Amino acid sequence: MERPAWAPRSIDISVPSVSRIYDYYLGGSHNFEVDREAARKAMEFLPGLPKIMQANRAFMRRAVRFAADEGISQFLDIGSGIPTFGNVHEVARAARPGAHVVYVDHDPVAVAHSQAVLRDVDDTDVVAADLLKPQEILASAEVQRLIDLNRPVALLLVAILHFVEDADDPYAAVAELRDALAPGSLLVVTHASYEGIPLPAERTEGAVDVYKNIRNPLIMRSREEIARFFEGYDMVEPGLVPMPIWRPDTAPEDEDPYSFSGFAGVGRTA
Amino acid sequence: MTAEPDGPEDRLRRFATIWSRAVFPVTSTSLTRPEFEQQLIPLARRLSEALRARTFQAAEGQAVGAAIVSAHCTDPEALSRTLDCVDAYLVLYCGEDGPQEALRTRSARLQHAMAAGFAQALRERTLSEQEAIYQAALNARSTVAEALHASEARFRAVFEGAAIGIAIADLEGNILQANGALLRMFGGSEQTMRGRRVPEWTHPDDAPQVWKLYEELVSGEREHYHVEKAFYRPDGTALWTNLTVSLLRDADGEPQYQLALMEDTTERRLLNLRLRYEATHDALTGLPNRTLFFERLEKALSAGDDQRFGLCYLDLDGFKTINDSLGHAAGDRLLVEVADRLQSCATAPGEMVARLGGDEFVALTIGPDTEREVDELAGRIMNALVTPISIDGRELAVRGSIGIVEGPAGERGPAEVLRSADITMYRAKSAGGNRFELADPEADARAITRHGLTTALPAALDRGEFFIEYQPLVHLADGSVHGAEALVRWLHPQHGVLGPDQFIPLAEHTGLIVPLGRWVLEQSVRQARRWQARHGGAGPLRINVNLSPCQLTHPGLVQDTVDILEREGLDAGALCLEVTESALIGADDDLLKPLRRLAEMGVDIALDDFGTGYSNLANLRRLPVSILKLDRSFTQGMQQFPADPVDLKIVEGIVSLAHSLDLAVTVEGVETGAQAEQLRILGCDTAQGWYYARPGPPERLHDLALVDATG
Repeated sequence: MERPAWAPRSIDISVPSVSRIYDYYLGGSHNFEVDREAARKAMEFLPGLPKIMQANRAFMRRAVRFAADEGISQFLDIGSGIPTFGNVHEVARAARPGAHVVYVDHDPVAVAHSQAVLRDVDDTDVVAADLLKPQEILASAEVQRLIDLNRPVALLLVAILHFVEDADDPYAAVAELRDALAPGSLLVVTHASYEGIPLPAERTEGAVDVYKNIRNPLIMRSREEIARFFEGYDMVEPGLVPMPIWRPDTAPEDEDPYSFSGFAGVGRTA
Repeated sequence: MTAEPDGPEDRLRRFATIWSRAVFPVTSTSLTRPEFEQQLIPLARRLSEALRARTFQAAEGQAVGAAIVSAHCTDPEALSRTLDCVDAYLVLYCGEDGPQEALRTRSARLQHAMAAGFAQALRERTLSEQEAIYQAALNARSTVAEALHASEARFRAVFEGAAIGIAIADLEGNILQANGALLRMFGGSEQTMRGRRVPEWTHPDDAPQVWKLYEELVSGEREHYHVEKAFYRPDGTALWTNLTVSLLRDADGEPQYQLALMEDTTERRLLNLRLRYEATHDALTGLPNRTLFFERLEKALSAGDDQRFGLCYLDLDGFKTINDSLGHAAGDRLLVEVADRLQSCATAPGEMVARLGGDEFVALTIGPDTEREVDELAGRIMNALVTPISIDGRELAVRGSIGIVEGPAGERGPAEVLRSADITMYRAKSAGGNRFELADPEADARAITRHGLTTALPAALDRGEFFIEYQPLVHLADGSVHGAEALVRWLHPQHGVLGPDQFIPLAEHTGLIVPLGRWVLEQSVRQARRWQARHGGAGPLRINVNLSPCQLTHPGLVQDTVDILEREGLDAGALCLEVTESALIGADDDLLKPLRRLAEMGVDIALDDFGTGYSNLANLRRLPVSILKLDRSFTQGMQQFPADPVDLKIVEGIVSLAHSLDLAVTVEGVETGAQAEQLRILGCDTAQGWYYARPGPPERLHDLALVDATG
């Protein structure tokens, strides 16, 4: 039976959470020992994981600025995790004062933390919801209040889609969101992949296994599979590329080799 | 801000560049390196000033160390690299021309202060972030707890407020919780329910599978089951429920509890039983009714080998008279008394009495030995009716006729058996009543046809199943076609074409003969008119139509006949009505009056079948007849050659008598030329028979007449 909306799952902080692991990679202390243990285990296989996360953050920062330059002032960040620094609303507000931002996450601790961080920030809010239920997201009071779906929106799916298995059909959820967006909206995606990791695939699999063990399997997809998320979008130059290559501010040659793992891209609805 | 090449500002920036390059790879910032460098410039400036300040200020070093943490350089490696950088380059780029030794000492002290500031800030940051995330976890938990509480409160409200009874028990059957509705159903308190065990709740009416389903459920082999089940209430009364029991499993799928949902159906069940009783019992006598009887009969007839059945079908003799003379209330009381007596006759297992309606009752017995039993049953019933029934101070003698059907199960359907019993009962009735008769297949078959035809007659007329054939009447003198006799036929959908002897008596019996006779007369007259119109030159063709005794007494006879003749436009002289001799035996003037009226109008009246009845020759004068139709028995003797001399004498005498009374003579059944010749010589006027033509459709007669006319 499907869980009714008013009966949330219980909270078990003895189970590692991907958002808190992410925070740890970024040098934060918004995490518990179980999270750090899992993170350290994954780093045994992929020591450069923090660099990949950092590249994710840097790409997101460039993408948000790009969106702001394109005139977009509404941001929907699904899978926002634990806000640390350089968050979407900070980047967006710096580029475009008054921008509206709604964060979405299904991890109740991440949501509670976001609520604390955003308590005194205007025009920014957080929704506890699941990417796989786009209608719940779109119908939430926060989205209704802050996002005008008749105007372009920047939809951020940064480092989230690789946590959704094919069986749960993430493509359908992404398509459903796309159909709700006004023309000129942007889709911002980063996604893990075996391609670009400067290590043999067996090493990477060790890290993948760590996520499998914490019941948050990491789904590595090929570039082609990732490109399918952009169905119905026109790719913004330079297309779906390793993160450091997407509209870099500095010479990509200076970047850490790990930051070339996976793919990033931005698409625009017609 | 512009900087003079190799001026202090330029050197400060170069220091910041070196610093940022050293630290950037170990930061977590999402800034670019140049952006990061911009963040370091003010820190470099502070270090530069602290280096050259008159007095050492540890706070400056600490502030810069803390600022590094604020720039998200939380990795200890960032501090290490920072201190390396300061140690190697601060004096070099920012020392200007100061005393090297003192500057180096100052730089070292600054580094100590920076390390302390970094450590302090990192500690603060770590603690506050840990505090924040724990707080978030707590908040999330309390949100969940609130939601759970709200949800539990809702569930509790549902549980308590539900109209259906809900109980939860463990797998050993111990009742853990029961809601108010369930307690109310059982009429007990929570105390009485607690400590009870499910297996105690047996009831004699439990269906055989109930406890098997239960065992399957508690052993985890079944997820749920649904049964209709009775329970004992503490006061001993029965509680009937629609019961659904489900197995509840824990998160790992292990069976844990059983959940019972029950709906009180006691009232509904009682109502159903009452409705069922009312639907299957006769309101007046309380006996089972036709519906229930048919159910039982059907069951008896579909029973297995060696099983037999015996059925008594009872109809009271003369009940209608009682009803008509004493009123329905008295009739009803009589029926109730009869029902009681019948009931007392059929008390053995497998015996039943039912009222089918009116004064018709049935008694059924089943088993292997009904051949004997049904006779005894019928005997008991006859006996039970012997004592008169006292109604309103009158002693009414009750008699009944019983039809008995007995036989093995599995051969006949209920409708067939009942029909056979009905027919047999009528047989008993027509044999005088107050008796019983045993069904007999041959008698059944006869009665079935007779019975079937009688009931089918009225509809047959409406459906146009009757038709008329015509047999020519020929002038013996010249062989010309003189007219035709109309003979009605019934094209029965099952039995095919039936002759008048097969249904006219039935039509007489039911009174249908009047409308049927009128229809025949109308059709025949119309046909005669048609013939006349088509060959008027050959002289008028006459039409003979039979009148049954019943029609003779019908008051509308004359008027109907006149109407038909006028409507069809046929001259009265072209119509001859045939009346049997037996119908006129002992006829008084009243009966003859309509015939006289018709004769006066010009309609011929023929005396049919003359010589078969008790022929009162003296009476002939009185009758308004103009034609005698000699019965075929007189002509049979003339079929051979030479003809029977006695027959010849008789016919000769009759013809002579008839002619002296001015009556014409028609002979029937002429089958040979010799006969025809003989009859002509004897002076008969007209003849009919197969020798000329069999009865046939009107066209054939038309053709005959044409041949006759042209020949």
